[in-house]
Amino acid sequence: MNYYARRLVTLFLTVLFVVVLTFTAFRIIPGNPALAILGTEASNEQIALLEAKLGTDRPLLVQFGHWLGNAALLDFGESLRFSEPVLKLIVSRVPVTLSLALLALVISVCTAVPLGILAAKSHGKKWDALISIGTQFGLAIPSFWMGIILILVFGLTLRWFSVSSYVPWSESPILALKSIVLPAVALAIPQIAVIVRYLRTTMLEQLNLDYVRTARSKGLSERSIQYIHVLKNALLPVITIVGINFGELLAGSLVIEQVFTLPGFGSLLITAIGNRDYPLVQGLVLLIAVTVIIINFIVDLSYRWLDPKIRLK
Amino acid sequence: MVGNQVERQKILDIRNLRIELKGRRERLAVVDGVSLSVSQGETLGIVGESGCGKSVLSLSMLGLLPKAMEINGGEIWYGEREDEAQPLHLLKPKELRKIRGREVAMVFQDPMSSLNNSLTIGYQVTEGLRLHLGYSRQEAAAQAIELFRKVGLARPEKLLKEYPHQLSGGMRQRVMIAIAIACNPGLLIADEPTTALDVTIQAQILEVMRQIRDQDGTSIVLISHDLGLIAEMCDRIAVMYAGRIVEEGSVADIFDRPRHPYTIGLLNSIPSPSHKGHRLHSIPGAVPALHERSVGCNFAPRCQYAMECCRIEQPKLSPVGFGHTTSCFLVVEEGVRKGDNRNTADRAEGTGEVLYETSVAAEGTGAASR
Repeated sequence: MNYYARRLVTLFLTVLFVVVLTFTAFRIIPGNPALAILGTEASNEQIALLEAKLGTDRPLLVQFGHWLGNAALLDFGESLRFSEPVLKLIVSRVPVTLSLALLALVISVCTAVPLGILAAKSHGKKWDALISIGTQFGLAIPSFWMGIILILVFGLTLRWFSVSSYVPWSESPILALKSIVLPAVALAIPQIAVIVRYLRTTMLEQLNLDYVRTARSKGLSERSIQYIHVLKNALLPVITIVGINFGELLAGSLVIEQVFTLPGFGSLLITAIGNRDYPLVQGLVLLIAVTVIIINFIVDLSYRWLDPKIRLK
Repeated sequence: MVGNQVERQKILDIRNLRIELKGRRERLAVVDGVSLSVSQGETLGIVGESGCGKSVLSLSMLGLLPKAMEINGGEIWYGEREDEAQPLHLLKPKELRKIRGREVAMVFQDPMSSLNNSLTIGYQVTEGLRLHLGYSRQEAAAQAIELFRKVGLARPEKLLKEYPHQLSGGMRQRVMIAIAIACNPGLLIADEPTTALDVTIQAQILEVMRQIRDQDGTSIVLISHDLGLIAEMCDRIAVMYAGRIVEEGSVADIFDRPRHPYTIGLLNSIPSPSHKGHRLHSIPGAVPALHERSVGCNFAPRCQYAMECCRIEQPKLSPVGFGHTTSCFLVVEEGVRKGDNRNTADRAEGTGEVLYETSVAAEGTGAASR
């Protein structure tokens, strides 16, 4: 089997595992969708009736098989809470969360790479120390708190960004971007700290290697040694971290969306969990899992470009 | 030094160079008062044990000293013509970069780690051409193919797009040489170029270097701990010990008329068929660490002929023949006693013989007492 086929199989198995896990976990924890819809005043007959209607009275395995079969055809069922198809609900929220996570990713990589290089360049000097202190703070400060501070400073005091008024991308891309910049920055800050530290360490390691001496002996400037020779080697472990952290970025955006009241996955997922809206929870978790797995796959592919030694066989 | 190599222009002239470790209260010298010169088209061998400072010396010729070291005294002059000689020890980093790779190039010891694994061979070879000679991508690629042919690499066109890990050690060292000679430098420094390779490949690499020297007239500084290799390649040999040159002369001088006990010890350590069945000679002890070096001769603690004066005063490099210098009180005293230069040479040869025998005898007793 070639590399891609093997990757696909593992990908499929991972997704299946995630689905089984969410399915069983949500059936085990206390709570009941019918009860959540009808309220605590409902009679037993009413609940039984609704359960039959929702299909939650059937054996677990039957429910699971049913759901899986439909999911394979991209039918994730209907939300118990909103009485709308899960897919439609999710799709309407995708632009918010995805653009938020991607913007945070772009911000973190674009800031962290130059900062990491700067820190490595000025190893043991002023900038290195400053960046080191800065990354300490970045790691220590929770992003939701950072979000609140950002709202306070840039939204309410300076009034640079509108707060708590999300504009869809389809309406005005500029306003939409404006409404997600602050949450993206809040999300990016801990990521920046992690990437800077990683890049600094790997750059410093690389700078001590023999090939750097060879590059110097050719008469290359320190600049081209750092940006061409060292950076390409130093990026490999950094890419791994960025890829792994993308999942964290998605998870973080669920929280940050609450702080900034953005209509993304976060609010949807939290409502769904509170209401024991099984189909919606499963659909969302499945989507997030698949996204993370795909990102990791892209990371693996990028190794090939960075390190020619890695043969994808 | 006597006026050796008078006709040929000196391309590299190192005068009384001292390289120290930075940031210590006591100034520790890694290279201590070394004077060397390389003439146009000449191959100079620098030989010595690990830790004698030969690699540091070679790096200083490119201004590539590690951060922890600095030149503190002495001069390094480089120039293909006398009127355009440049003081490498004074140049700013930017000026040095113009010389590196263009005028003075280097081949390093370990070809496995000296190439960048994530850049193509083609890129690494053409980089210097584009930087120093302003070649376009295509011109540089064409020139790289020429260079690959020159260093004996098969399928040169394909090589451009390959990565170091796809090549064997010998091929990589050929690539390293191709990189070094890309801009046709006047001086090529090879620091243990074959140490990491197996014997058959060693011979091939030496052959490539010999060809470059003969075709392009490139001067070469070959650094090695392997006297046999040095003898094969070089015109002159400088024997280094603990940061100092202890003996310098032609290959014939060093091999047939060695004068310094250390040189003799080194020569005795070369395995030879006629010594089959005997224990191989080794010089007892090790190169003293930087802080153990004394005011006197650094070899004295390991030298069986060490005298009182050896421990107090550093013997100066003194001529013992035409273009042959050594720093040893024993030899100098001989010269003073005889007063006649020619006789000294003969006499010295005799001493050399005696030294050789006694050292074997000493080694015998050493083995017995063990």
